[in-house]
Amino acid sequence: MTEDFVLAGVGGQGVISLGALLAAAGRSDGLEVQLAEVHGMAQRGGAVQAGLRLSDKPIHGALIPEGRARGILSTEPLEGLRYLRYLAPDGVLVTATEPEANIPDYPPIEELHARLNALPHAVLVDAVRLARQAGSRRATNVVLAGAASPYLPIRFETLEAELHRAFAAKGEAVIEINLRALHAGREAAACPAL
Amino acid sequence: MRRAPVATDSSGVALITFFDFNHRIQDMTGIVAVPEPKTDPEAELRSAPPDTTLERLLMGDEAAACGALDAGISAAYAYPGTPATEAFEVVLRHSARAGRPVAAWSVNEKTAYEQALGVSMVGRRSLVVMKHVGLNVAADPFINSALVAINGGLVAVVADDPGMHSSQNEQDSRFYADFARILCLEPRDHQEAYEMSRAAFDLSERFQIPVLLRLVTRLAHSRSAVVTLPGEPERPIAKTTDPKSWTLLPANARGLWRRLVEVNRELREWSEGCSFNRLEWSDDDRGLGVITTGIAAGYYQQNLPELGFQPSHLHIGAYPLPQAKLRQLAARVGCILVLEEGYPYLEERLRGILPTPVEVRGTLSGHLPETGELTPEAVGIALGLASRPGIALAGEPPPHRPPQLCQGCPHRDTYAALVEALRDYPQSIVNADIGCYTLGALPPYSAIESCVCMGAGVGMAKGASDAGLRPAVAVIGDSTFLHSGITPLIDAVKAGTDMTLIILDNAAVGMTGAQDTVLPSTRLEPLVLGLGVDPEHCRVLDAHPRRVPEMTEALKQELAHPGLSVVIAVRECIEHARLEKARARRGR
Repeated sequence: MTEDFVLAGVGGQGVISLGALLAAAGRSDGLEVQLAEVHGMAQRGGAVQAGLRLSDKPIHGALIPEGRARGILSTEPLEGLRYLRYLAPDGVLVTATEPEANIPDYPPIEELHARLNALPHAVLVDAVRLARQAGSRRATNVVLAGAASPYLPIRFETLEAELHRAFAAKGEAVIEINLRALHAGREAAACPAL
Repeated sequence: MRRAPVATDSSGVALITFFDFNHRIQDMTGIVAVPEPKTDPEAELRSAPPDTTLERLLMGDEAAACGALDAGISAAYAYPGTPATEAFEVVLRHSARAGRPVAAWSVNEKTAYEQALGVSMVGRRSLVVMKHVGLNVAADPFINSALVAINGGLVAVVADDPGMHSSQNEQDSRFYADFARILCLEPRDHQEAYEMSRAAFDLSERFQIPVLLRLVTRLAHSRSAVVTLPGEPERPIAKTTDPKSWTLLPANARGLWRRLVEVNRELREWSEGCSFNRLEWSDDDRGLGVITTGIAAGYYQQNLPELGFQPSHLHIGAYPLPQAKLRQLAARVGCILVLEEGYPYLEERLRGILPTPVEVRGTLSGHLPETGELTPEAVGIALGLASRPGIALAGEPPPHRPPQLCQGCPHRDTYAALVEALRDYPQSIVNADIGCYTLGALPPYSAIESCVCMGAGVGMAKGASDAGLRPAVAVIGDSTFLHSGITPLIDAVKAGTDMTLIILDNAAVGMTGAQDTVLPSTRLEPLVLGLGVDPEHCRVLDAHPRRVPEMTEALKQELAHPGLSVVIAVRECIEHARLEKARARRGR
């Protein structure tokens, strides 16, 4: 069956790169993959959304139908709320808790967290904090991949292998940061209260 | 073979540029050689050993470009524009690595198309890439090139933008192909984008016409696995032996037009039998026929399992329309549902003006939305399926987060100065153009008042001034200026118009990914002066936060000048600077 994931965030947070990682890993695990991206005007510091579809059968079309997504992965809490109409009733929302408040009418963060926690199945992760602890704030999207890993039809080892490949040219240190970020994300999702 | 077996041992390599995020994931190309799984991070296009096929995760844009490269093109031309940009970037990267084909960004779509035409005339294959509105700019050579006897295959990859993700309209390029009386191919998925692109070159040479390959945003900008086949060699030079068939003097053109009309008869016949147009009968169609075009087929197939029966289905991927197939379907069903993304091109033709014997459903009947992208939900509803609501959002919907000028963008400084310089005028007009700087229409600057098409701002400001409203200001980026702003500036020079043109020179085509502008910054001022602009009123300013007061003062002076002024506000796009730095690092 097709498992759909909406990837959400703000331009510059690595949403498209997150999609690229998961798409490549899915392909490595032998799945059919479609990844819909947003480019150009739709992007500059604005809301960014990508759609990842993974299946053991051919996938018809890149667009995720509303109400069917298995998960929403968001690098930012407000953006996590934006695409709820795509989420299946038993789907999961995995989001970073830290706001990217680059608009004047950004809602109070406590209110946002309360709304997210009121959802049937939400996993809130301090992804930016964990990425910093892992060695680089820029690995926030990889923390999110780790946090979402229990819900993805992709083996954790495959994600690790893809990180090795993705950062091979950047050296061991960068690979290590990203592997730490991935593991931190998975652990945080397992016990999100910490 | 449409799908290659996939190696399950993680051989599909993917180099993901996580930290080089520039909305073009340049190296994210998973490659698996079939049948021998093999990884080669450097391999991109036609780098496969002969007699092997490659499987890659490609965007629709990239798949179309790979098809052209594998068809042995000698040259390719384009102007950047979302959602078409990535197709040409694939060609550029391949060209840089392999030394061929000849490929470079052109100054606009018209010059790009004309260069491709020259390649064709001497017998070699050429590709031209643009977004849908780019074809408006290239319309003159495009329409007329249908009459010449195309020699080397010429394919125009044109990407439409239903839903206007990054465009000013939703125009449907199928009408252009129809208008020019040429062949149009519309892929249903990534694999077909590759296959149709290759086939388009053969068809172009067979019928001696250009071929338009129509992409839409959702195909252009999504990735899926594509199997590519070994490429063909470049064609030898073989200049046309009949220059009359390329010289559209009326006496020649009349004969060539008759030829095109005759070719259209052949095209219609070809369309009936071609494998891109498939009619599948169902024993259980319950009187319903579904016609899909392009990517609509996917949305239809996605909904099919829930339908509980199987309509008879005609898929159309090649135009002109297969009329006999359409009539066959209509003769057997009571109702036809038309699923097509874009304008109701097919639906209008089926309906005509007089009553039809079958019910035709589509956007014109209200069964599908008339604007925006086609979606799986909309198709499901048109098929009579119930929609499945997602999780309801309690409370206020999230506030919009529109795109904005980057922090540190030089346009911010110029707009700050312009807003300040205009503050004391009771009325004024600012006509802008297309690029990142169009975002100056949004708060906090709200500095511009129009954006219509490439170059329009210059002519519109002149028109406003001619009408008596002053100060009249035109704002245009350096690349847009070179694309379409020079000619209206010549009009203003000739008339001595009282207006101020501000050229935002950031040395980049920012919105589409910070490609280089075709001329370097240093060439802009001599160009403007060469057109006859008074050197006293051609000012080059530094667009920098610390210089905003100076810029304001200079703009005030030029706004007050009762004649033509040109102000060039210079500072490199910060994204361009970042990419240059990254390139330099890689080069070391």
